[in-house]
Amino acid sequence: IVPVAGFSPQGAYGVQDSLRSGFTSVKNELLPSHPLELSEKNFQLNQDKMNFSTLRNIQGLHAPLKLQMEYRAARQVIQRLPFLQSSNLALDTLRNSDESIGFEDVLNDPAHSEVMGEPHMMVEYKLGLL
Amino acid sequence: MALANVFETPAPGFNFDNAGRNAALKGLFDGGKTPKPMKTGTTIAGVVFKDGVVLGADTRATSGEVVADKMCAKIHYISPNIYCCGAGTAADTEKTTDLLSSNLTIYSLNSGRNPRVVMAVNILQDMLYRYHGQIGANLILGGVDCTGSHLYTVGPYGSVNKVPYLSMGSGDLAALGILEDGFKPDLELEPAKELVRAAIQAGIMNDLGSGNNIDICVITKQGVDYIRPYRESQFKDKRKTKYKYPPGATPILTEKVVPLKLEVVQETVQKMETA
Repeated sequence: IVPVAGFSPQGAYGVQDSLRSGFTSVKNELLPSHPLELSEKNFQLNQDKMNFSTLRNIQGLHAPLKLQMEYRAARQVIQRLPFLQSSNLALDTLRNSDESIGFEDVLNDPAHSEVMGEPHMMVEYKLGLL
Repeated sequence: MALANVFETPAPGFNFDNAGRNAALKGLFDGGKTPKPMKTGTTIAGVVFKDGVVLGADTRATSGEVVADKMCAKIHYISPNIYCCGAGTAADTEKTTDLLSSNLTIYSLNSGRNPRVVMAVNILQDMLYRYHGQIGANLILGGVDCTGSHLYTVGPYGSVNKVPYLSMGSGDLAALGILEDGFKPDLELEPAKELVRAAIQAGIMNDLGSGNNIDICVITKQGVDYIRPYRESQFKDKRKTKYKYPPGATPILTEKVVPLKLEVVQETVQKMETA
């Protein structure tokens, strides 16, 4: 059982914020508590890796390189302020996920999130002024 | 310090925070019983006959030892030519079949074609394998498309089986006995319906998790006949859901009229502007 990064407490200074993130337990911080947690976190990444490597084997190196450049461009969303949600339409169209519905469109939609980052802090963080 | 206000929206999809909370609370409350999800301890069956597919299901949904729903609809609509029976956790079968139906509708709107049963099976297989069996849905998919009539079963881990007759759920062994005995290739419509009914009846009689009425869905090239209920349970209670009595149902014994004394205190007249 290998400990995994990314489960450390999310509050300020790495201290667990009990009000917002719930109870702590040392086991939770080292290992995922649900068998699907890891595979779901990396699912999109792994799918992309698999698709790109297949594409490279079939069509040569240039095809995935060009696609990855387009993905990066679509992901940037330059015009939008950091605390506002983006629908990622360009990215969805590139990935062909605009024609299918899965659990990520129904559950926990970021557009319906009940909390929002503090706008001034988010902009300052993005500009590196913090 | 101010980093506490830099907020990252959680990723869309399943959220596993509660699993962490449960693990953290495990040692604290001993003997605490978690509520059981509503399962459809079920009997579902399907048979391929000469002109199409007959699907059958019982209508009981249990939650632990209590019957949660006596008229549960277990035959879900996927597309005009494909229907799906679901056994397992009720919410999982509902949601998965809903998502499948939406995906197939998008496909048929895009391409202008009726979806095929293999497409539904592939979508389901991918979806269920991704979640490694955590979504408890045992499904029987049946439909008629341009390539013929097909009957598939998809297990919670993504396993697929294509067979001419099937049963799933907690009553599947009882139903399968009847199906094994009575199935012949190229049955006519009425014997096929009777076979499925007898199979579901065996599941109802011999399994605690199945009961109440029997629903049947006949899918042919011409169309779908969704018969709900096909057979009603003889123990169905005759409960009225509306308790409205017609006027005059209660006899009047005495009548006493007391006029209220009203005095005119103030009178104001406001003229309306009619132009």
